[in-house]
Amino acid sequence: MKKAIIKKDDPHADTIIKLAVLAVGGQGGGVLSNWIVDVAERNGYLVQSTSVAGVAQRTGATIYYVEMCPDHGRQPVFSLSPAQDDVDILIASEMMEAGRAVLRGFVTADRTVLIASTHRIAAVSEKIAPGDGRAPSQEVLAAAGSSARRLIAFDMDKIALESGSMISSSLFGALAGSGELPFSAESYEETIRASGRGVEASLRAFKRAFEHARDDAPIPGGMPEETAASTNISDVQGPPKLLGQWQTLEARVHAYDPALHDMAARGLRKVVDYQDLAYGVEYLNHLDRAVALEKAGADCRLSIAAAKHLANALCYDDMIRVADLKTRSTRDARVRRDVGLRDGNLLHVTEYFHPRIEEFCGTLPAALGRYIEARPALSGWIDRRINRGRRVRTDGLTGFGMLWLIGGLRRWRRKLLRHQVEQAHMCKWYDLALATAASDYDLAVEVLNCRRLIKGYSDTHVRAQSKFDRVLSGLELLKGRKDAADWMRRLREAALKDEKGTMLDGALQTIASFD
Amino acid sequence: MAERSFVKEVEKLRLGAGEDFSGEGILAITKALLQCGVGYVGGYQGAPISHLMDVLADAQDILGELGVHFEASASEATATAMLAASVHYPIRGAVTFKSTVGINVASDALANLSSGGVTGGALIIVGEDYGEGSSIMQERSHAFAMKSQVWLLDPRPNLPSIVGAVEHGFELSEVSNTPVMLLVRIRSCHVHGHFTTADNVRPQMTVAEALDSPRRDTNRIVLPPASFLHEKEKIEKRWPAAVDYIKSNRINEFFGASDADIGIVMQGGMYNAVIRGLQRLGLADTYGETDVPLYVLNAVYPLIDSEVLDFCEGKNAVFIVEEGQPDYIEQAIAAMLHKAGRSTRVEGKGALPMAGEYTGKVMFDGLAAFMRDAAPHRLPVHIRAPNQPDDAELVSDLAKVVPARPPGFCTGCPERPIFAATKLIEEELGQHHIASDIGCHLFSIMPPFELGATTMGYGLGPASASAFNSPDAKRRSISFVGDGGFWHNGLTSSIGNAVFNQNDGVIVIVDNYYSAATGGQDILSSRASNRTKSTKHPIADAVKGMGVEWVRQIDRTYDVNAMRDTLREALTTSQTGPKVIVASSECMLNRQRREKPLLAAAIEQGQEVTKPKFGVDEDICTGDHACMRLSGCPSLSVKSLDDPLRDDPVAHIDETCVGCGNCGEVADAAVLCPSFYRADVIHNPGKWGQFLERTRRRVIKFLQQKRESRRLAFVDR
Repeated sequence: MKKAIIKKDDPHADTIIKLAVLAVGGQGGGVLSNWIVDVAERNGYLVQSTSVAGVAQRTGATIYYVEMCPDHGRQPVFSLSPAQDDVDILIASEMMEAGRAVLRGFVTADRTVLIASTHRIAAVSEKIAPGDGRAPSQEVLAAAGSSARRLIAFDMDKIALESGSMISSSLFGALAGSGELPFSAESYEETIRASGRGVEASLRAFKRAFEHARDDAPIPGGMPEETAASTNISDVQGPPKLLGQWQTLEARVHAYDPALHDMAARGLRKVVDYQDLAYGVEYLNHLDRAVALEKAGADCRLSIAAAKHLANALCYDDMIRVADLKTRSTRDARVRRDVGLRDGNLLHVTEYFHPRIEEFCGTLPAALGRYIEARPALSGWIDRRINRGRRVRTDGLTGFGMLWLIGGLRRWRRKLLRHQVEQAHMCKWYDLALATAASDYDLAVEVLNCRRLIKGYSDTHVRAQSKFDRVLSGLELLKGRKDAADWMRRLREAALKDEKGTMLDGALQTIASFD
Repeated sequence: MAERSFVKEVEKLRLGAGEDFSGEGILAITKALLQCGVGYVGGYQGAPISHLMDVLADAQDILGELGVHFEASASEATATAMLAASVHYPIRGAVTFKSTVGINVASDALANLSSGGVTGGALIIVGEDYGEGSSIMQERSHAFAMKSQVWLLDPRPNLPSIVGAVEHGFELSEVSNTPVMLLVRIRSCHVHGHFTTADNVRPQMTVAEALDSPRRDTNRIVLPPASFLHEKEKIEKRWPAAVDYIKSNRINEFFGASDADIGIVMQGGMYNAVIRGLQRLGLADTYGETDVPLYVLNAVYPLIDSEVLDFCEGKNAVFIVEEGQPDYIEQAIAAMLHKAGRSTRVEGKGALPMAGEYTGKVMFDGLAAFMRDAAPHRLPVHIRAPNQPDDAELVSDLAKVVPARPPGFCTGCPERPIFAATKLIEEELGQHHIASDIGCHLFSIMPPFELGATTMGYGLGPASASAFNSPDAKRRSISFVGDGGFWHNGLTSSIGNAVFNQNDGVIVIVDNYYSAATGGQDILSSRASNRTKSTKHPIADAVKGMGVEWVRQIDRTYDVNAMRDTLREALTTSQTGPKVIVASSECMLNRQRREKPLLAAAIEQGQEVTKPKFGVDEDICTGDHACMRLSGCPSLSVKSLDDPLRDDPVAHIDETCVGCGNCGEVADAAVLCPSFYRADVIHNPGKWGQFLERTRRRVIKFLQQKRESRRLAFVDR
């Protein structure tokens, strides 16, 4: 086994240290490798670095490679690219890049120290799935742990951001803190100082990452967000009369099985926030029906699914909701916080709307909306007048005022066409689920979960509805099968894989082929 | 203005005799050219030698002081044709471009140049874009050297060797009247190292002096009967002269023991990888000392028969390390040994793969296989009988998890909305045959756009759709070409061809103000003023001048609606002949580089500056990611919500957003959702602006309080 650490004063230590950086273009991998060259030269090493320029800046995965050797007056023969099973230190600037390093054979169990940032930068293929297409970081972390001699992994991006710097600084800090190179922390810091740009912020990030890596704490900063379970509950404020009514509703939630409390409380808050307290009553009435069907040992799975998806179904995305959300003071504060608005600066906020005849009719009293929708000539005439992109300035009085008024239509929402359509759709789905529960509890839970498919606006919403209908069309075929719930889940997951529902159609064909 | 500035580094080009140069390969090559008294330089940008062109451009003052003419050539053919200056005059000239694509373009000029031969040294520095990081088809420049009889140098990848190859290249060219190609691989272009410099030398004759005393010689012109003489001369005079020079100057190197029964023959560029392989096999030390005889071909064409035969003398087997295919060197050496009646076994492709880059692993395995077979006694035990752990399962599991990360459009790229509009028009009018071209816009073939069926060469996008021109067809073809490709070759080969043949297709010229994919070099239609070049020549004018009647100019590609409407018009108009859309917006990478410091300074000075950024309202976003299927922007990603009621991650725009507008425009054009907003931060607002803001905010706050005081508010704790 080759020793990665070389004592500087050892005259026989002329082994070449091989270090590779796997980065995503634009992350500053070039800066990092320049720093590594500099710190090695400061410590009397001969160094060679190579990279493939060009592609690096265009968002692809890129490798930077450095070889170094103590200077004994002779020029070693360095290689120009990393080889499998021949890397001492591997720095991965992102979790999947760490996985790629393992995949490519650059991480060797008896040899390589892997320094990896655990944060994620989703690849395009992960982003475009209609569901959650992200690769599981835990699997990569586990593989990295078992493939490397030593793994130093924490969220170095977070440290860099919090220090106002780039990830190159915290990666450099982690390298220094690992102690894998025989260089003092001071010489690393001198390198950063000599680089001359954003020095203070870089040093802050460097020091924090240095300490993390030195202490080698097991993944401080935690894994990426998806694993973080939430316990975030909110306070409620408002007029005393409303608060009193709210407490009555809350009491109803507390009467449920404790397993259901959290989801039901969240659902209740969502629907009351969306409409009013009476809507909360409706929500709990619906939920009671699912609770009544609970069976022992099922951990309230049916009613938890109902609590979750009923809330989402009741809070459909209409113009009123969008206008309401965009005119709240909390939203205003959030935008100001997100852009880091400083005193003395102004903020202009432009919203992008594209209303169509469907949204227009949906916001009319049901009878009138239906009347127009039934007359293609009329609805076409109206559509031509309203169907175009509108940029609305919500920091301006006209734009804000308009949205504020639309948001105020909330109190008439129950009488509007969209509400009636959504209610009918919700009831049909919910009835179907509950009717299934008697014969197949698990299948009923999965039918409820199919509500996840309904999302998006306009065409996307139409496509989502169609997927939802197609998935539920499998219900009749599945009823009575032992694995019906499992298949329903597979159908739903297939529907979330691609935009057009190609995978779903395939899965439906499979089901149709069952005897 | 190029992506990377070498203004500081080029000062190293002034180093004098005996000084230490420390820097990148490309800079070392430039320094070597000046030390050789080069009279003119030119070339065409493209990885891996883009930065060599940038160094030359940034070094124009130094070149000027020495009387060296520099040209950013219109194409590789232009660059190679420029070497005609060395045909009659004793002027050394050098050009550079990426290969093999560059040499494909240059081959007409190259064949003419090498037929007539040269008087002054003519050096063609080719960046061999082969293996990892390559963006082109995998071929070898070697074939072109053999075809046109041009000598090919492939030096060891360290700065002294590369610099030496430049010096020898010129001399070799002059003694053999033959152009010389110097091949540098991707990584050696950017390898950092040192060499000892010499003084720069003024050209023996400048181009100005040549212009003032013109010369001609009919025998050097490619026309019968001279062309027949040229071929004879190549074989009878130039080849022997080259062999003699290479031999007497010891261009090729021998290392290791001289009396072993095996040996390794390699291209110079493979030397470091071979040594690394031997190091790992325990057969070489850190400094490359080895007992295995090595024959390093710094000149890979022509081969020196006598050197080869001497090296193989007494050897049972030789191992040829020759990257790429076909295996010209291996075949040639096998033929030499056969003709000489030798019994030395030739091994190479077999233990090593026929195709693909010789990476560390490939080299290690290949050398190990050869040694195990030909000289097992030399190997340590653990190599002779390796006992490798099997981790195939782990790797195959991981392969399913780790997503590919191909390069794509940058944050804020102006080409993204062009392809978003194309995707939208295809949803409306159906799928079309789309021909792509070379350039950043070729990223359209990847997710999320997945547009484009072929790419046939630089500037040849519309030409590659020329067969799809039928009166019976109901749909038109769409072809793309970038501004770089347009000026390189597209104007004549694509646009002119479409006009002449009355092609009915739609041609989109993607104009981002630069040759952007190669690093942001200026071209004819660049909007920037360039001290030494003539810019600001509109593409639309050139297209009209070529005879195109239907031309539409779009000055803001981010207007997805306009882009889509123009595409619709082009695809449906009854007018015949080519429909050309020039879609222009500045490359965002270059624009940011240009504007960022200016804006920062303006804010610092108290000027009113507006900075846009986009955001997403998380509670309005439903997590269907339709926006990302029309974007793929690095700054637009997915984010998990801290809310058990929500299953799917929502859209999120991170701090790298440059506020290009694509998100909002796409949401509008595709009627997606109202969750995007643009937040313009006004720095240093004027008095009037501040007053308006105060008034507005007072009214808005009043309205908000009025409504919020009458409802329950849920505040996160």
